[in-house]
Amino acid sequence: MSTTLWIIIAASIATYLTRIGGHLVISRFDHIHPRVEAGLNAVPAAVLTTLVAPAALSAGPAEWAALIVAGLVSLRGGLMAMFLAGAAVLILARQFVG
Amino acid sequence: MSAEAISENSVKSDFWDGVRLSMPVVVASAPFALLFGALAVDNGFSVLEAFLMSATVFGGASQMVGIELFGQHVAPWLIVLSIFAVNFRHVLYSAGIGRRIAHWPLMQQAIGYFVLTDPQFAVAERKAEAGETVGFTWYMGLGLPVYLFWVIESTLGAIFGKLIPDTRALGIDFLLPIYFLGLVMSFRKRPLWLPVVVASATASIIAYKTVGSPWHVSIGALAGVLLAVILPPRHSGVEARP
Repeated sequence: MSTTLWIIIAASIATYLTRIGGHLVISRFDHIHPRVEAGLNAVPAAVLTTLVAPAALSAGPAEWAALIVAGLVSLRGGLMAMFLAGAAVLILARQFVG
Repeated sequence: MSAEAISENSVKSDFWDGVRLSMPVVVASAPFALLFGALAVDNGFSVLEAFLMSATVFGGASQMVGIELFGQHVAPWLIVLSIFAVNFRHVLYSAGIGRRIAHWPLMQQAIGYFVLTDPQFAVAERKAEAGETVGFTWYMGLGLPVYLFWVIESTLGAIFGKLIPDTRALGIDFLLPIYFLGLVMSFRKRPLWLPVVVASATASIIAYKTVGSPWHVSIGALAGVLLAVILPPRHSGVEARP
């Protein structure tokens, strides 16, 4: 078997371990401490923010405009509406400011 | 209509409900799947290997990092370690979603964890937060289209990579941050949302500038989670149980 194939197999096992690992650790405890539960409730906002913040910081005016409009739309509309609004602003703004 | 037909209908509508929610994810990740396939072949992967990696790893950012390092002839163990580092955030998802799907049969849980991507976790958490049960049929309605399109499009990217037009003018390099912002916003009713977002944003930006990518994701996420753990439970909306 080629090295590439071994890399792919090892990478897929490593990735599956991260996807099931947190559950395997947590499920060993019968009782979840309130503080741990508070931490788990914070997971979505905590992780997803790290996928936006550095990207936003190193972007330009077109991207910022798109994020602001998308953020505003998300206060009222659903996920699809905010996504389409953000994408539309981004494509338009890039025609002008590059 | 018999009771059986009614329950069959509700299973069907559960599935399609999930499929509907998967559509923005399919759209936002399509360019990255095509790009991954094109870059993989560019960096010395065969079409079959590009297909295999998408089908077995199923994690966009980590696959990009992997083929980038592969192209630079980095040692194989270091490539695998880097992919592990990029995907490490899933440990937190896995700990969080376990509470929602613990009632599934073991085999279904094993499959469920395999498709546990960023949007999969976030959309399932939103459903749980609305007080609804996260069922296997709905969950796979959400996850299956994302998986199938990801695998098919990366293979297409690998075959037709040279034909991809100017991706920047179409804005597709920045679609995922926009989608992720929407997901962050959808959790804004949770206790401690703003402090957690501020802590994670600050820590991830500092880590991005100092330690560098991909560690900024794990470091930033940990900062937000630790803040929620440290603050007194009365702020986090979790009642202390006797």
